[in-house]
Amino acid sequence: MDVLEDAVLDGNAIGGLLIELFGAEMTTAVGTCGSCGTAGQVAEMAVYQGRMGMVVRCRVCDNVLMVFVEVRGVTCVDLRGLASLV
Amino acid sequence: MAGTAVRGRLTWQTATVATVTDETLAVRTLVLAIPDWGGHRAGQHLDIRLTGDDGYQAERSYSIASAPGEPVAITVERLEDGEVSPYLTQDVLAGDEIEVRGPIGGYFVWDGAAADSVPLLLAAGGSGVVPLRAILRHRCRVGSSVPVRLLYSARSQAEVIYRSELSAPADDVQVIYTLTRQQPAGWTGYARRVDQQMMAEVAWPASGASGASGPLAYVCGPTNFVEAVAADLVALGYPPQRVKTERFGATGTP
Amino acid sequence: MSPVSRGFHRRHQEAEPAGRVPPGQYVTHDFPVLSAGPTPHTRLTDWTFSIEGGQEPVSWTWQEFQALPSETVTVDIHCVTRWSKLDTSWKGVSLDVLLDAVSYTAPYVLAFCDGGYTTNLPVADLTGGKAWVAYSYHGAALQAEHGGPARLLVPHLYFWKSAKWVRGLRLRDTDEPGFWEMYGYHMYGDPWREQRYAGD
Repeated sequence: MDVLEDAVLDGNAIGGLLIELFGAEMTTAVGTCGSCGTAGQVAEMAVYQGRMGMVVRCRVCDNVLMVFVEVRGVTCVDLRGLASLV
Repeated sequence: MAGTAVRGRLTWQTATVATVTDETLAVRTLVLAIPDWGGHRAGQHLDIRLTGDDGYQAERSYSIASAPGEPVAITVERLEDGEVSPYLTQDVLAGDEIEVRGPIGGYFVWDGAAADSVPLLLAAGGSGVVPLRAILRHRCRVGSSVPVRLLYSARSQAEVIYRSELSAPADDVQVIYTLTRQQPAGWTGYARRVDQQMMAEVAWPASGASGASGPLAYVCGPTNFVEAVAADLVALGYPPQRVKTERFGATGTP
Repeated sequence: MSPVSRGFHRRHQEAEPAGRVPPGQYVTHDFPVLSAGPTPHTRLTDWTFSIEGGQEPVSWTWQEFQALPSETVTVDIHCVTRWSKLDTSWKGVSLDVLLDAVSYTAPYVLAFCDGGYTTNLPVADLTGGKAWVAYSYHGAALQAEHGGPARLLVPHLYFWKSAKWVRGLRLRDTDEPGFWEMYGYHMYGDPWREQRYAGD
């Protein structure tokens, strides 16, 4: 039986993780895609919540905006795909 | 940086299960006693963390089912292949300890303030009704009179969560069900998955103006449900920024 | 210290390390789908598999690829997220056949895929009957959710190295980290030595 374990969610699903990493509520922060320029709230970004890591993508162009990987209790964060996050 | 009106502890703290109530065969509400809870807004969620005696930990997010000011409650749907939901809906007893983090969320929230005095369209797919129920309870507590329509899609009447509460809604609150798999004898309501036609019949008309005073929609449930409803509302003229979405994933509760 | 939640335990108990199951793994009968992005749906008429970085680039269309000698193999697969699936059956073209078409000296490859995913491997782990580009799973065309039309299959390494939606290999002189390797996953990924993360 196939199990789609990792359905596409939205930025609401990483609200807790972002508070832990940034120390503040981030779901209404506006991120601008570095690839297509689309600006949108974190809550509306496409979140792929795989067990290998969390990948956040632009809803318009699928560009990777943020990646979170936990290795031995430490979360590695990559925000390179974002032109800005305010 | 976007902020919330209420700041709870931003780190994990220990909560004690105060009461457990079965809502349906597969759904249970847990009221939690959280010593350092700083309050929350309707629509927010909290994260819970469980630790086994071998140190194994699992985390999940659950929408807060209670209104601000009420004891904190979460409503959990048991997923067949789940790891956390079977524990929370079958094994947990009053007095057990779990860790919580929150409240979380500044986007999918409704405060009932003056700026929020527009008609509300709430659309729930299965357990997506949980944060919307918190919004309804908050609306009552603050004495708001904004008109509300709740469209609630459930597989059958037996799977409707908060059924008795929703059968006696407050003034100016309409609850419209669609029962997608099984309907009781004599059912005259909707009996299919939400579609454009249904949304056109149920949704408040989108405002013709700039949208600032038009209705506000909150859509919550499995990803497929949310995307279909949101697309239907936009096609009906709702500005995208007036349609707030919260996806729970393919199987329902995260 | 987190309080223990009375009676809570992990869903899957770890299997006893036996001849077939690497340490820290449990056996599943499902086939979990882990995704880092939307599932690509590449049309077979647009699909090619290429090898770049050799003396000359080489490329096959889907039709040409189907005409290559293929094998059906039954292998165990091990995901870094701890599930193992035994006796999975695949049909595909051996990397020995594909790399034989290229003249090269590079010791490493970066596999690249539709959707932008990449992963790195030593060439030595692709040759000698250890790896395939697989297009069929248990007798049926490989579904898009599982990496179809074709994916890399390198069962002796953790399954993230078996790149889904693979479109080719870039031969390289140095071992450069691919997508997950850049975020801390192990550069090599041997399940038998539990090489899940960099430094393991």
